[in-house]
Amino acid sequence: MRSLRDAFVTFRRTPLLSALSVTTIAFSLFAFGLFGLVALNIREALDRLEDRVELRAFVAEGTPTESIAIAAADIATFPEVLSARTVTQDQALARARRELGEFRDVFEGAVLPASIDIRLKPGFRDPATVKSVAARVNTFAFVDDIRYGEEWIQKLYRLRTIAGIAGLVLGLAFASVSVIIIGATIRMAVLSRAREISIMRLVGATDSYIRRPFLLEGFAKGVMGGLLALLLTWLARLLIDRYIIETVFFDERIASLGLLFGAMIGLIGSAVSVGRHLRTV
Amino acid sequence: MIRFFNVTKSYARTGTAVHDVSLHVGKGEFVFLTGPSGAGKTTLLKMVYMEERPTSGEVQVSGTSSLDATARDVARLRRKLGIVFQDFRLLENRTAEQNVAFALEVTGAARATIGPKVARVLTQVGLASKGTAYPKELSGGEQQRVAIARALVNDPFVLLADEPTGNLDDRATRGIFQLLREINAAGTAIMMATHNLELIRRQELRTIEMNRGGIVFDSAAQRRVVREV
Ligand SMILES: Nc1ncnc2c1ncn2[C@@H]1O[C@H](COP(=O)(O)OP(=O)(O)OP(=O)(O)O)[C@@H](O)[C@H]1O
Ligand SMILES: [Mg+2]
Repeated sequence: MRSLRDAFVTFRRTPLLSALSVTTIAFSLFAFGLFGLVALNIREALDRLEDRVELRAFVAEGTPTESIAIAAADIATFPEVLSARTVTQDQALARARRELGEFRDVFEGAVLPASIDIRLKPGFRDPATVKSVAARVNTFAFVDDIRYGEEWIQKLYRLRTIAGIAGLVLGLAFASVSVIIIGATIRMAVLSRAREISIMRLVGATDSYIRRPFLLEGFAKGVMGGLLALLLTWLARLLIDRYIIETVFFDERIASLGLLFGAMIGLIGSAVSVGRHLRTV
Repeated sequence: MIRFFNVTKSYARTGTAVHDVSLHVGKGEFVFLTGPSGAGKTTLLKMVYMEERPTSGEVQVSGTSSLDATARDVARLRRKLGIVFQDFRLLENRTAEQNVAFALEVTGAARATIGPKVARVLTQVGLASKGTAYPKELSGGEQQRVAIARALVNDPFVLLADEPTGNLDDRATRGIFQLLREINAAGTAIMMATHNLELIRRQELRTIEMNRGGIVFDSAAQRRVVREV
């Protein structure tokens, strides 16, 4: 109880530095949060997309239907493949008409190639696997061309990786800055209370007792920084949601993990500093 | 209770502060520590409350040895010691009562026991009516009484006083000394470093004189020598 009061006393004594430490912790977590949010939403999107991942192997004109059927059956036995379905020229035309509704006149008299539509099992839908399946399908002589969402799937994957890395790097950079600033704040607090601390020692207070309010202070600042970051991230998401694209937010587990991480930053910053500077007073 | 075995303390920058001191202070004794400036009195007292450890030799205080005491052991030991300085070392932003209570709070005393104990020691040092005064509202002698009350509140077996009257006039000095005698009469041992030879001369108390880090005279040893002869 006394420690708790002390933690807020130091907050009042060095309000600027204290606010700065809370803010840097908040920015550190905000960077994690924002890029984490991007990564999270890209993953959501990828999950939805991956459901639809399909390879479409176009078959050369005049290939006998039986050969196509045999090839499809063969492809269906690939370990990565969920299903391989043959689509005849007529079916392809019908589908195109259906999908393109009002433009159906465009297809009047047109000939669309037959194809084998391949769907992959969940867990085998990443770009590398898709590519390797495509390569194997391409070894059938009558396969003219293979289409799959190659480019933009890869782009999304790359974007997710970049968002993840950017969040990690920026977040860690801010985190180390906050550890340093917390350390400086604690150092000031320790020095401003040097006299009190030396008297505590004299009358037999243990080091852990002396350390406690400073650690508590760091911890409290970390939690405050975490809450602020959560608020900032939530506001950012609100704006993105309204003006750009619908997004999902972190669940409570990840949110509390963020708070915990903030508390850890605060605690580590003060622990390192208080350990070093208690020796000198 | 307090024993020094061939204790030497050297500092890297200033050389030897205490040289080959062996010493025994028993229960309830009153010991004057005297000698010229730089003789090593403060250093010797610091080794009693283990602010400093000997460079060689060993200090034993109430079962705690300088050779193997951990930081926690030292904290425990200090709860059984009272320490008083020339400059009082009170917290300016706390009242007399709060300064005394501080020593109990930071050692984890039960909250309910603090008030009565503080009142008792403030009465003992003659400051019952000034408990709510801040240090700057008290005279030097009164501030030193607060410091002594703080030192006494944990019921120490020994009170270490490093020139407790150094900042006080004659009247206040006599008052503080009288108080220390009373405390000693109640059973607490006292080690008091002082330059006040007049004070010492008037008393029949054990006197240890130091010079250049060594003990050059110990009235207890003299008496013992005389007895042996
Ligand atoms: N922390 C320290 N670091 C280095 N040297 C020290 C330290 N403390 C004391 N000394 C040296 O040890 C010697 C003894 O000092 P000490 O303070 O024990 O003397 P003293 O007898 O208390 O003197 P005084 O009567 O002036 O208070 C001095 O020469 C001093 O320079
Ligand atoms: Mg001295």
